[in-house]
Amino acid sequence: MTGSTTVTPMVHADNVWKSFGHLDVLKGISLDVLPGEVVCLLGSSGSGKTTFLRCINHLERISGGEILVDGQRIGYREQKGTLVELPERETARRRAETAMVFQQFNLFPHRTVLENLVEAPILVKREPRAEATQRALGMLARVGLSDKAGAYPNQLSGGQQQRVAIARALTMRPKLMLFDEPTSALDPELVGEVLEVMRDLARGGMTMVVVTHEMSFARDVADRVVVMDDGVIVESGPPEQVFHHPEHARTRAFLAKVG
Amino acid sequence: MALTLDTSSPRPTGPTRRRRRPWVWVGNVVVAVLAVMLLHALLANPNFQWDVVGHYFFSGSILQGLVKTLLLTALSMVIGVVLGTVLAVMRRADTPIVSGFAALYIWFFRGTPLLVQLIFWYNLSSLYTSLSLGVPFGPSLWSASTNSLISPFTAALLGLGLNQAAYTAEIVRAGMLSVPPGQLDAAASLGMPGGMTMRRVILPQAMRVIIPPIGNETIGMLKTTSLVSVLAMPELLYSAQLIYARTYETMPLLIVASIWYLLVTSVLTLVQGEIERRFARGTGDTRGGGIGGLVRRFTRVHAERPAAAVAMEEAGAR
Repeated sequence: MTGSTTVTPMVHADNVWKSFGHLDVLKGISLDVLPGEVVCLLGSSGSGKTTFLRCINHLERISGGEILVDGQRIGYREQKGTLVELPERETARRRAETAMVFQQFNLFPHRTVLENLVEAPILVKREPRAEATQRALGMLARVGLSDKAGAYPNQLSGGQQQRVAIARALTMRPKLMLFDEPTSALDPELVGEVLEVMRDLARGGMTMVVVTHEMSFARDVADRVVVMDDGVIVESGPPEQVFHHPEHARTRAFLAKVG
Repeated sequence: MALTLDTSSPRPTGPTRRRRRPWVWVGNVVVAVLAVMLLHALLANPNFQWDVVGHYFFSGSILQGLVKTLLLTALSMVIGVVLGTVLAVMRRADTPIVSGFAALYIWFFRGTPLLVQLIFWYNLSSLYTSLSLGVPFGPSLWSASTNSLISPFTAALLGLGLNQAAYTAEIVRAGMLSVPPGQLDAAASLGMPGGMTMRRVILPQAMRVIIPPIGNETIGMLKTTSLVSVLAMPELLYSAQLIYARTYETMPLLIVASIWYLLVTSVLTLVQGEIERRFARGTGDTRGGGIGGLVRRFTRVHAERPAAAVAMEEAGAR
């Protein structure tokens, strides 16, 4: 991270607001994520971190402000100063460059592991089946599940399912990966294998925004830690600074709670 | 006292014996006796005229009626499922006019008796003497008299199919609601547009919930087609009625029709079980429902093969 001004941020969020009815969930979030950077979003539940993550790839419509991914808006285009929502197909095309990994894995239960991996490359990117299968098998090897290609998701452990979900996200050759509490639904002994795959991705230079409760992961892997509370960013900085010298009382309160 | 562990004692081998259950045997005997009594009452009573039943069972007009019944059942279910799926998708639409129209349709067709709807379609010509296709409120491109278009068969098809669509729409909607919303998120995050998500992700998973009630509805439809006898349409029941109106052998001919209904229902039940098994992929339950599932449950052929082994074999076969 050189901080050079010529680099286009992978994520550029500027004064993002989001409300559900009368409830303001995000109250002016501004955040830049540089290419290759790993940013961990921390905060107690209800602080808005998952909502912010879902706004980045337009799974949620934002109510105000703007979010650019690699210099492009995902769900909107600008027309004479107002934002116009894009046609569904165009949103889908731009969204395909941003992969997402979910707390509940969300694998397609009616398809085998291999079918889960080749579905989107074949249908969305129109890759030939042989090529997509070849790449999918490569991804499975990378997450250590080559022997599970023919299994159905419900025959796998939670940790294995999440590794498949990461492999599935990778098959779309994303520029950016969003992780929404990827280990929160796992038994404690299965957390390690998923974090190991994520560490490997971070070493490979993937740009990652990770909502997590795994403090050790944030400490070891994140380039930057962002602490959110009640819809705003209270503190942001390198992990050692945020964990050891938190500037804000709310950060200290949060860190005290999670130990 | 010294406590020693005897690890060398031979474990009993061979099959385990189930606990004796004397009341099960009493129950079995009671049911068997009742069954024999019932069979005797059916066969020993000459008033059933089983010879007449045998005489008409394969008669030409009964078989022609059966073919019409099967045709009506199949076509009305096709109309019902296709239109019902369209209505269910419309019901999910963001625009209130589209979802409102679907709701109105379901409200109307579920809210009026099918018998009334059948007679209504049959008498459509009293409302509109001719039907035409063309520009709305503008010139017509094609036109025909209602009486020539609406035969008893088309009236029956319209009545049964449009009514079935209303019920199927609710079944399909329930099926789609059974798919967790996370599946939509996953499909969207992979860049799949709405229509593709519907076809590749939502509907295949909803099928598992949709198939059993649709099978149920098909079996129901088989017998509901007998309602169209009011339109003088010679399906299975009306064909039987035509014969006994002439010969006064009412009971034997109703038995002929009933046995055919039972036979077709049995076949449909088997088919349903097989379809359910196919859509149970990835759930670990490969037994399926219906008679096939029942047989498998008794014989335990599939139940004892672990789902993982089955899946690996299937993957290997491909």
